Amino acid sequence: MKVPLSWLREYVDLPAVTAQEVADKLTSAGLKLEAIASYGHEIKNVVVGQVVVIEELSGFKKPIRHCLVEVGEAAPREIVCGATNFAEGDVVPVALPGAVLPGGFEIGSRKTYGRQSDGMICSEAELGIAESSPGILLLPQDTPLGTDVVELLGLRDEVLELEITPDCGYALSIRGVAREAAIAFGVPFRDPAAIEPPAAQGGAHPASIGDPTACDRFVLRSVTGFDPAAESPLWMRVRLARAGMRPVSLAVDVTNYVMLELGQPLHAFDRSRLSGEIVVRRARPGETLETLDHVTRKLHEEDILITDDTGPISMAGTMGGLHTEISDSSTDIVIEAAHFSATGIARESRRHDLVSEASKRFERGVDRELPLAASWRAVQLLVELGSGTADPGVTHAEVDVAPVRIVMPSGHPGGVAGVPYTRETVIRRLEQIGCVVAEGVVAEDAVSGDGQGVAATGVVSSGDLRDKLAVRGDDPLTVTPPSWRPDLTDPNDLAEEVIRLEGYEHLPSVLPAAPAGAGLTEEQRLRRRVGRALAYSGYVEVLCYPFIGVRDLDNLQLPTQDARRRATRLVNPLSEDEPLMRTTLLPGLLKTLVRNVGRGFGDVALFETGLVYRPEPDAPATAPVLPVDRMPTAEELALIQTALPRQPVRVAVVLAGEFERSGWWGEGRQASWADAVEAARVVAREAGIELDVRADRHEPWHPGRCAALYAGDVLVGHAGELHPRVVEAYGLPPRTAAMELELSLLSPQGPVQAPAVSAYPVATQDVALIVPVTVTVAEVEAALREGAGELLESVRLFDVYTGEQVGEGHKSLAYSLRFRAPDRTLTVEETTAARDAAVALAGERTGAQLRGA
Amino acid sequence: MSNTYDPVEVTPLHADEVARAQADALAAIAAARDLDELKQVRLAHAGDRSPIALANREIGALPPQARSEAGKRIGGARKAIGQALSARQSELEAERDARVLVEETVDVTLPWDRGPRGARHPLTTLQERVADAFVAMGYEVAEGPELEGEWFNFDALNIAPDHPARSDHDTFFVESTASGKVLRTQTSPVQIRALLARDLPVYVISPGKVFRTDELDATHTPVFHQVEGLAVDKGLTMAHLKGTLDRFAEVMFGEGITTRFRPNYFPFTEPSAEMDLRCFVCRGASAVPGNPPCRTCKSEGWIEWGGCGMVNPRVLIACGVDPSVYSGFAFGMGIERTLMFRNNAEDMRDMVEGDIRFTLPFGMEV
Repeated sequence: MKVPLSWLREYVDLPAVTAQEVADKLTSAGLKLEAIASYGHEIKNVVVGQVVVIEELSGFKKPIRHCLVEVGEAAPREIVCGATNFAEGDVVPVALPGAVLPGGFEIGSRKTYGRQSDGMICSEAELGIAESSPGILLLPQDTPLGTDVVELLGLRDEVLELEITPDCGYALSIRGVAREAAIAFGVPFRDPAAIEPPAAQGGAHPASIGDPTACDRFVLRSVTGFDPAAESPLWMRVRLARAGMRPVSLAVDVTNYVMLELGQPLHAFDRSRLSGEIVVRRARPGETLETLDHVTRKLHEEDILITDDTGPISMAGTMGGLHTEISDSSTDIVIEAAHFSATGIARESRRHDLVSEASKRFERGVDRELPLAASWRAVQLLVELGSGTADPGVTHAEVDVAPVRIVMPSGHPGGVAGVPYTRETVIRRLEQIGCVVAEGVVAEDAVSGDGQGVAATGVVSSGDLRDKLAVRGDDPLTVTPPSWRPDLTDPNDLAEEVIRLEGYEHLPSVLPAAPAGAGLTEEQRLRRRVGRALAYSGYVEVLCYPFIGVRDLDNLQLPTQDARRRATRLVNPLSEDEPLMRTTLLPGLLKTLVRNVGRGFGDVALFETGLVYRPEPDAPATAPVLPVDRMPTAEELALIQTALPRQPVRVAVVLAGEFERSGWWGEGRQASWADAVEAARVVAREAGIELDVRADRHEPWHPGRCAALYAGDVLVGHAGELHPRVVEAYGLPPRTAAMELELSLLSPQGPVQAPAVSAYPVATQDVALIVPVTVTVAEVEAALREGAGELLESVRLFDVYTGEQVGEGHKSLAYSLRFRAPDRTLTVEETTAARDAAVALAGERTGAQLRGA
Repeated sequence: MSNTYDPVEVTPLHADEVARAQADALAAIAAARDLDELKQVRLAHAGDRSPIALANREIGALPPQARSEAGKRIGGARKAIGQALSARQSELEAERDARVLVEETVDVTLPWDRGPRGARHPLTTLQERVADAFVAMGYEVAEGPELEGEWFNFDALNIAPDHPARSDHDTFFVESTASGKVLRTQTSPVQIRALLARDLPVYVISPGKVFRTDELDATHTPVFHQVEGLAVDKGLTMAHLKGTLDRFAEVMFGEGITTRFRPNYFPFTEPSAEMDLRCFVCRGASAVPGNPPCRTCKSEGWIEWGGCGMVNPRVLIACGVDPSVYSGFAFGMGIERTLMFRNNAEDMRDMVEGDIRFTLPFGMEV
């Protein structure tokens, strides 16, 4: 909302303060300053002059005039001018030598087109009044010559641009802002809506409300004999422009001016285009309306319409119809001022993607008591400025709406704030904003139903909900909010009004003592450890958008029936290429890796921890929207839960290039499948779990270099080198490796059991086993461990050999076995027996032969 | 004892012989140039076959009355030789050590960046830092799904069905606009989950990812992070809210930070407020006309940090909490914005793109 300070000062006696000080006070009251725009302060030395002689100069590419202009000095000034829209005798603004115009543009005496020019005759644009103007600004004939134009036209002004929150519809008007400013400065407020229209004689035009849920007040007034050629006065155009509205024509400008001043959107119809009774109703199937913007709109059956015998003529509170629009020949005008359903207009505006100054106000709540006054104010202006005649009649259709009443103990605002307010303070503040405050609980004799008008902006309350919201306590006050504050429905709404007017800045700052908490959960601690462990292992964390496309699933070479292809689809994705929610973390990581490589970083190791979204195939399609006036039942909540996809936490890494760098120390080491598997082990170890690694084939991994990762019997993820086709599809460096596992499946194992540390000496036995190449190290090691029995302390593979000495199709695995007993020094016989048992079991399970045996 | 004992061969018991042997030994010791030479000297002048050692053996053969004097004389010589050897040994060892260690000198400025360097994302560590600040106050960390039921994200938070935020201009809808499922637009639904699941009183903090249909630019990203705080207890007031956020601001930005509470509107809180911070860069000076403008606060002098307020009693009712017994406060701050203010991160795109140059300097903390 843009508020020219001069307009504001008409209705509130602001003290001599700067615009910034006014803005600060309003910001403290909740009308937040966005910007202050200053107008006219730089303009100097522009006076009123009269053109006495015009001499047309010839021989130039465009018409040029040499004028003599009387500016109240001893002699007229010579001025050369390129505009032609004025005649001898016209009164115009003249910038004298030494004048400064907007933008710091200085006017001097100079010779131009072969003549002397002692100044400039100005247009509206040159004075900063309008964006552009066709010619010179012509002033009324009776304007005293030599008068300062800035003073005369009130060009000097500040405009406060305020951010109005959606609950404060009343503040989308000079009236509303003036009321707040008056309260903030403690000065009187003159209500511009305090207009007493004369007693009406008859109706203005037949009209009725066909749907009481759509509209609860509908007022029509009319003006006849309006001069369609009449122009809006300069002061009105200046104000409209500075308030952010483009001047159009007098009839339209008047409706806009009254809307800005009072907050009541108005609509003007050309009476000659109306046919029969006007009815406010919802749209009927198949109805259409061509609106002012020349778009023919298909109407929705919930749309609120203004109709006559011919059908729709206007979309209520949103946009008028083209046919009944005021044209440059309209002489009889019907002014509509109504109170429409806030939610009805909100929906209509959203359905048609039509946001207008009117719809913004109706959506946020318009004063239901304004239509009679606002329409009369508009009629007055049309009569005064457009030489029309006011029709003595008024049409007034309305639906009974019970006022909202709120009962609240006088101590409630203080209880909410944490600082006591006196009863007098509470009452005074509520009265300042326009509430009627009665002591005690006033019987609800006049209140019917739920006490909510159809057009109230708040959530419609059932009687039960109102009861739950009621605040009981000593010294109840019964508060009736003013008609312009439909946002006030609950005791806490009133508390906020008292607290904000007393000043949020005066609230004390008290740290509450929360009860002792249990700290982070084991899962939360694990997630942190995993992040740190991977970072210490050399991985850089990234946070990718969780959006993917079918193309990603194809790039990953996922088979048609792969569960990861069952993804949740967004209705309105950011990009049509990525409409799905990720079912794996890899696409985001791989694209980020490619980005880093593209920026010159070929050695990259990245990780991400985040949710994936896994819809269940048999999940219900919709999650119910439950009631809000009570706690939902466990069954109701379960209905939502089952409709949501499973959202487990996953962790994934991708790496390419050198994982250990080459340098003066020698060759580095390329990132490989083994690093990816090790990353999984690093993660699992943080949960106290040693992963069981098994060979697997699983997209997007290389079928010969893919490890399935098991925690016990539970498959938790995969790691290895990516399939060459995946590498190609994403444009990755060759042999890019990746790991992904489901962190939610790794539950922390509880307290670590402290081991008993034996001080007896270790006995080491090395064995080399020859096994077929198809046998995995994991199988051999498992057999060795089991076979060696309890005396075994550790097994370490220290060499893998393939070659002639072990024969084709075989490999040699060299292990170091360490034995130790908790209670004695082992004998050679004992360790040898244990080693032999280990080898024997490995032989039995895997066909391993002791090398050299 | 030597088996080749032959008292006849030597005449060391003469005083001048002993003195000569001692002098020879000391001269040889002094002349030894390295440890090997000294080893030879030791053998020659203090070894079993050295004149002094041989003389020592003769003592037993002397008449008892002469033994004492000879013993003294020879003992003195042996001690002197021994001390000289030991001193020279130390000297030579020190020389050797010095030489060898010099030879082993390396260029310690050589780089050793063999292993990969990793780092955590500052948005993650900042969320943890926020959580820690509140855990220290007794709060627990609550969590909820990112793909959320509309009821949790909107209705239960008193956001009416026609609220503009519920349009597909702001909210990502899932499957269909009537599915009742959305990507959560705020961390506030965790409030609802916490109130439904936990026993009162509830003090929870909930950092997490949220989604709005904004285009990515320097100050917006469609996927961002918030931290939500909720306290529901008997007797909580706006003063408690202010005290909590003042403390939070201090922990995040350091002592001496100036805060401001200003009325605002949110459907899920009533009364509602915006928490502003005094601009770190201009300290409010840019708001005074005539002073240079400030990019950080757009010359407003204040930076919006987050929204807050007293939990709307309608929200409590939807969670089965009796507002006549309990009251609460809630607040929500943007993590990206906080990172921008606190760590001078200028462009949100850097937080999103995953360029390792942005993240590496943060290491493990923020």
